[in-house]
Amino acid sequence: MNLAEGVQLVSFIILTVMMLGAALAVVLTPNIVYSAFLLGAVFSAMAGLYLLLNASFVAAAQILVYVGAINVLILFAIMLVNKREDFAPVKYAWTRKIVTAAVCGGLFLLLGTTIITTPWAIDSTAAAGDEAIYILGEHFFTDFLLPFELVSVLLLMALIGAIVLARRDIIPDGDALGDDLKLPEKPRELVSAVASSESESN
Amino acid sequence: MQLQYFLLAAAALFCIGVYGLVTSRNAVRVLMSIELMLNAVNLNLMAFSNYLDPAVIRGQVFTVFVISIAAAEAAVGLAILLSIYRNRDTVDMEQFNLLKW
Repeated sequence: MNLAEGVQLVSFIILTVMMLGAALAVVLTPNIVYSAFLLGAVFSAMAGLYLLLNASFVAAAQILVYVGAINVLILFAIMLVNKREDFAPVKYAWTRKIVTAAVCGGLFLLLGTTIITTPWAIDSTAAAGDEAIYILGEHFFTDFLLPFELVSVLLLMALIGAIVLARRDIIPDGDALGDDLKLPEKPRELVSAVASSESESN
Repeated sequence: MQLQYFLLAAAALFCIGVYGLVTSRNAVRVLMSIELMLNAVNLNLMAFSNYLDPAVIRGQVFTVFVISIAAAEAAVGLAILLSIYRNRDTVDMEQFNLLKW
């Protein structure tokens, strides 16, 4: 093992431990704000692993999109639904956790044996490296042109759909506005969880 | 450095995501678990792209697509979550049984 491989192995171990530890903490910490920040640590460690895999453009995209957009979006969502509530205890919650942990452990063992026993056809040609961004551009505008355009349409649809779903239905001071400035929607009643659970019990 | 290390790390991350998806009570944490699973799949694609297809790198193309679709999914999912919170006044997954029966 020469020096470069040693450095690669050590950074892989550090990044993987950081990624898996932060992911476990995301799932297990009781405070949702901490888990949102730890999710950013997971995404940053993933970007480091992409750099180890000779993909600098995708690492930059990972930082920009995941840490810069999705993580901030999740933090804003946490602030908007910031309600400190103690969830009502559910019967047999520990059974659910134990069964889920067993299923996930079994899934990991299954995937692990498959990964280790499969004879991978490793291609030993030199990796694209910094040329990767040119090759990616060629792919996007030749053989992956249709998916590329469809993704742009999908992003537009998601943008409009998110606005439509998250918009408030009524403007609070609707009377102060003229009639032509009002949104033509009826105010909906608040369907509270308490009322529905009472009606269920009746 | 071997392909198997990356694949094992991705499998562990995917299993953590599945565990969080099933056991979380808070709906925001469920969305975070979905992001973890998508990242595990991305790591798989990138490892295959580097070790099995290093000259043509189709795996990186798929990773870019998955990243953009994950962004769309996060936006729409959080919008749905805000809408549910406004109607039901809670983010507890156990209370979201509007379509159950």
